Amino acid sequence: MKLRYFAWVRERIGKAEEDLDPPASVATVADLVAWLAQQGEGYAYAFENPNVIRAAIDKSHVHADARIAGAGEVALFPPMTGG
Amino acid sequence: MNTTIRLQREPFDAALEARKLTGGRTDIGAVVTFTGVCRADEGGEPIAALTLEHYPGMAEAEIARHVEKAIARWPLLGVTVIHRFGRIAPGEDIVLVITASSHRQAAFAAAEFLMDYLKTRAPFWKQVEKRGGKSWVEAKASDDSAAERWSEPKPARRDAAQ
Repeated sequence: MKLRYFAWVRERIGKAEEDLDPPASVATVADLVAWLAQQGEGYAYAFENPNVIRAAIDKSHVHADARIAGAGEVALFPPMTGG
Repeated sequence: MNTTIRLQREPFDAALEARKLTGGRTDIGAVVTFTGVCRADEGGEPIAALTLEHYPGMAEAEIARHVEKAIARWPLLGVTVIHRFGRIAPGEDIVLVITASSHRQAAFAAAEFLMDYLKTRAPFWKQVEKRGGKSWVEAKASDDSAAERWSEPKPARRDAAQ
C-alpha cells in the first residue's frame, strides 16, 4: 500500500511517501494511524494527536472509520488551509 | 457550460480569465470574480512569504467535485477556478474563482460556496515564513462553519416568537 504524507505530517515523518504493508489487524484509517504512531519517533510525533489527522483513500476524502482494504494509496495530512 | 480548473505555480490574470469565460456570449448577465490575495501578516505578525503545498491529482479532483456541485445547485453558465501553489509573496494573488450566470444571485452564491469549500476541503496547506522561521498555518474553525452552512438539509428554523 502506498502512503503519502503532506505538510507537517510529512515533515515530522521525514518523507513524502513510502510503501508499507501493515498487518492484517489494521483494518481502518484509525487503525493505520495508531499502527504508524508505533513505527518510530517521527511517526509518534506526526500522529501524537490522531483526532486532527485527515485522510484520503485513492484521492477522495474519507473518515477515520473507513476501511483500507483494497486501497491503492492512502494519504494522511493535517486539516487543509487552502483558498 | 464553460468550466476551467487549473493549478499552477505562475501568477494568473483575473481580467483575462473573466473575458475568456464571457467572450462571444450574450446570455451571461452576471460575472463574479473573487481573488484571494497573500496578506503581509499572519496572526498579527509580518510574513515574508507563503508557500502552498498541495496534493497533485486530488486537488484537481476535489475542486472538480465542488464545481459539479455548484453547477447542479445554481443555474451557472461558466466557472473558472485557478489555485496557485509554491512560494507566493505578500501582494500576490493566490486563488481565483469566477462564476457566470444570467443573474447575479446565482453567481454570487456559487462563488462564495466554492471559496468556502476550497478553504476546508481542497488539499492545500499554507506555510508562512516569518522572522522566527517557518510555520504551518492552522485551520480556522470559522472556515469550517462557513463551509458547513452550505450543507443540506438545512436545520429547521425555530420560530423566534415562541
